[in-house]
Amino acid sequence: MNLSLSRYFRAVSSRVTATIGVSLLLAAGVVATASTAYAGGEEYFPLQSYRVGPYAAGGTGFFGGFIDYMQLINTRDGGVNGVKLTWSECETEYVVEKGVECYERLKAGLNGAPAAATNPLSVGIAYATIDRSTVDKLPLITINHGRTDSTDGAVFPYVFPLQLNPYSEVSAIINYIGTQSGGLQGLKGKKIVVLYHGSPYGRETIPVLDTLAKKYGFELTQIEVPHPGNEQGSQWLNIHRINPDWVILRGWGVMNPVALKSAQKVGFPANHIIGNIWSNSEEDVRPAGDAAKGFISITTHPSGTNYPVLQAIDQYVVKPGKGNLNDPARFGTVYYNLGVVNGILNVEALRVAQAKYGNKPLTGEQVRWGFEHLDLDNARLKQLGAFGLVQPLKLSCADHEGGGAVRFQQWDGQHWKVISDWVQADRALLRPIIEKSANAYAKEKGITPRDCSKDL
Amino acid sequence: MSFFLEVLVGGLLAGVMYSLVAIGFVLIYKASGVFNFAQGSLVLFGALTFVSLVERHVAPWLAFAATLAVLVLIAMAIERVVLRPLVNRMPIVLFMATLGLSFILEGAAQLFWGAQVHGLDLGIDDKPLQLGGVMISQFDLFAAATAGVLVIALSLMTSRTRLGLSLRAVADDPLAALAVGIRLPRIWAVVWSLAGFVSLVAGLLWGARLGVQFSLSLVVLKALPVLIIGGFSSIGGAIAGGLLVGASEKLAEVYIGSAIGGGIENWFPYVLALLFLLARPAGLFGEPAVERV
Amino acid sequence: MSNLVMRRPGLNVSTPSASGLVLIASLAALAAVPGVASEYWLSAVLTPFLILSLAGLGLNLLTGYAGQLSLGSAAFMAIGAYATYNFAVRLPGLSLLVDLALGGLSTAAIATVFGLPSLRIKGFYLIASTLAAQFFVEWLLTKVSWFSNDDTSGVLSAPRLSIFGWSIATPVSRYQFVLGVVVVLFAAAASLVRSELGRRWMAVRDMDTAAAVIGIPIGRTKLLAFAVSSFVIGIAGALWAFAYLGTVEPHGFDLNLSFQVLFIIIIGGMGSISGNFYGAAFIVLLPIALSHAAGALAAIGVDVGQLQNLQKILFGVLIILFLIKEPDGLARLVQIARQRLRDWPLRA
Repeated sequence: MNLSLSRYFRAVSSRVTATIGVSLLLAAGVVATASTAYAGGEEYFPLQSYRVGPYAAGGTGFFGGFIDYMQLINTRDGGVNGVKLTWSECETEYVVEKGVECYERLKAGLNGAPAAATNPLSVGIAYATIDRSTVDKLPLITINHGRTDSTDGAVFPYVFPLQLNPYSEVSAIINYIGTQSGGLQGLKGKKIVVLYHGSPYGRETIPVLDTLAKKYGFELTQIEVPHPGNEQGSQWLNIHRINPDWVILRGWGVMNPVALKSAQKVGFPANHIIGNIWSNSEEDVRPAGDAAKGFISITTHPSGTNYPVLQAIDQYVVKPGKGNLNDPARFGTVYYNLGVVNGILNVEALRVAQAKYGNKPLTGEQVRWGFEHLDLDNARLKQLGAFGLVQPLKLSCADHEGGGAVRFQQWDGQHWKVISDWVQADRALLRPIIEKSANAYAKEKGITPRDCSKDL
Repeated sequence: MSFFLEVLVGGLLAGVMYSLVAIGFVLIYKASGVFNFAQGSLVLFGALTFVSLVERHVAPWLAFAATLAVLVLIAMAIERVVLRPLVNRMPIVLFMATLGLSFILEGAAQLFWGAQVHGLDLGIDDKPLQLGGVMISQFDLFAAATAGVLVIALSLMTSRTRLGLSLRAVADDPLAALAVGIRLPRIWAVVWSLAGFVSLVAGLLWGARLGVQFSLSLVVLKALPVLIIGGFSSIGGAIAGGLLVGASEKLAEVYIGSAIGGGIENWFPYVLALLFLLARPAGLFGEPAVERV
Repeated sequence: MSNLVMRRPGLNVSTPSASGLVLIASLAALAAVPGVASEYWLSAVLTPFLILSLAGLGLNLLTGYAGQLSLGSAAFMAIGAYATYNFAVRLPGLSLLVDLALGGLSTAAIATVFGLPSLRIKGFYLIASTLAAQFFVEWLLTKVSWFSNDDTSGVLSAPRLSIFGWSIATPVSRYQFVLGVVVVLFAAAASLVRSELGRRWMAVRDMDTAAAVIGIPIGRTKLLAFAVSSFVIGIAGALWAFAYLGTVEPHGFDLNLSFQVLFIIIIGGMGSISGNFYGAAFIVLLPIALSHAAGALAAIGVDVGQLQNLQKILFGVLIILFLIKEPDGLARLVQIARQRLRDWPLRA
């Protein structure tokens, strides 16, 4: 074959490839900037979901539950007071840059429906979108996690660590250990090891645990497991040497089953390991097999399907074949139920806001008001069919967490069984620390904290 | 003292697990001269396929055979479709191609088998053994034994069989091997299949250790310093490097780490590898580079 | 297998300054883009595209021109970000530009230390040094809270940015600031690679034994490559943290980001200046385009999870395709296209 001819063909095919590439980009530009017709009457939830990558198991469960609940509201109730819910997903793979890009892409709304709130379920993405959410006036919901000092709504008007922030989480665990030791005074002299994930999420609670150790007089050792936590042999040999009474596991992803297996290797009993809110799902314990039997963890919501709201989802969404989960066996698991709870709270905030602003699609600022006036007491929870699933919550301008209570559950090899009633965190102790941190943040960023005595 | 021994033994056994992954790399490097970053994804794919088949009530031995067949096919396809067009390119380009490959394999693994995590039970009760006051994990011993058997088998194959001889020839000088009539495509196919087999074994052992999930592919980051220390082209080097990395990383974490805050396991092996390289720029057992002007 | 890095001659010497002018002219045209582009394009697409091009430029100087492999780009970006942050927060009197420059200089200093092993180790094994840097820096920045102004989590959040009274707070101003820095540094780099230092780098890359024989000081040349490259990468890291994300944690600068930057230079074209833009376009824009396409498909009912997996597979396939088809990267493709365009009217 003529050499120049082959080179020519190569150049042509390269050009073709380049043209295709350029057309793809142009198409993307068109899609991105295409103005869409106003459809009216809908509220939009942008979903920065992750269904791919190392945390996909949790992501598919959570977003599955969230979407199914929204589907229930649309199907059974015709929306929230006639305003239907709509949503679209953007894959983040739990990567911060993708999460930010998804946020920017979706924040403007969908087909004229305004965005109500973002729920990225990721500490990294949450951190990166705190400033943007405040500027764009779009609530950022970080249920059961997030920046602890964002509990102070005076400094963080648009960030909501609903139900439980990291400080409350460890405080509740310490209180539970207290009940297992005959009262909080029984903590004195006990040995507690905290095994935490080497990331901002894991390190967030180091100072407050030191404070609690000083207050109650227990011997505290905090051991770090470098991300991702595939290898924990030396950490557990260390723990074996220390021989503590309790180990608190603040893990994430693969760190959890490996911790349980490594504990088994050194003979540390699983029923003296307490996992936190991100070490509490079926996905965390199943890979550990036998090593996980007896493992205790906290939860803000029990797993299981015995709640009217879940049965409603089953009846109106799953049975007609519109369920979001690929594997129906995951219905009622911890992550799925977290998604449902998240849905309940988001929709309820919408309802509260509509009571003030009218039964129409609301802006992010209005939804924020709704979140800050969320008041779920037992009566309302019974109406929603979530009594026992969700704890009573009361948010306010100054308190974006609202709850701070957890229940404890134990893994029996097949299911999580709840073994305690609601255990409250010591919020009175934690509040001054949170305010101090929030005010320092405000000073550094030049923010003037809101005056929460005025109802804005 | 017994604590020190426990950490040491635990580290050595963990190191054997690293070597297991590293051996897959070495085989491929010897045959095709490429550092196959997709090895981790192969391990993940193999483990995930096996576990998914077993969960669908396929008999374990059948699942093993089927997974092996799939891995071998994938390995050969990689060699054919990706590496042959890239022959004679810079090592870094080949490396990046295998990185692209790892995206494909990871996406495919989750596409076919889903994003769920799975437990893998190899039937070994992992209660700790007490040997002379030192606590040892049963599972780690089993893994070490398996790796040992594998290494011996591979060494025997390379040194005693015709195939092994051809392989060594190809690794040494592909052109000369061609000249004496060794069929390169056949050798490549065999070696890549072997690498697939090693990946499957590593996948099963690591899957039993961590659970079969996405993070399994990150074992490659532990194998890298092993290879750098041991040399890319030596199986013995992979073993020696693995033992060294495993033991030193655990000991460092416990004794040095506690002084500077812990969590040093991620970078310590790399720093160690760097120090080794400064002393021996081609690794412990690797071939020193010959440069000509 | 020998450790010689084999190279095809091709993009070693940049085409005449006409291409540089074209580049600068088109960049100047980009300055008019804010009038046309939406906020989404500015803050989520173009800004990261520019910053990653800059990071690619830095790495290209080191790996493409000087031939020293580095897998630690993300770590150096992290150093740049944290160093700039510390200068900005602890010495509030300094201008932002000075903070940036000091951040870049700190990165250069530290990277030179990690570049010392290059004097002894050659070829692919050199990745050990920069990999050690990658993991060590991640650990150090998380562990020592002093670097993040005593935030226990190691997270730093960007201070208010302003230069000479011009407040850089909106997406438009952030984009223009980044554009300005990028233009300046690209122009500087373009002339640097055409200078004697650039030629020395290429000599070391192609045949360092011969280079030593003719009297080029290898050690100094290599270390200078590390220093200059990391200066640029450090500034890119600072921009990434301040002008794009707003808050960063050390794990945001992980090995995956290093791989991304390496992809940029390999796909864009090693040893080329404009190639960094093409590579960054590939790495930044292509996944977004795929994601938009996936979103459109999801709207008509295709399963979302499967779509995401398909995206990943497609991205990997495209990478391999490009690597096979064009070893010298997109810059070479563009060169061929321009050549064809030039010849086309002359062909009968």
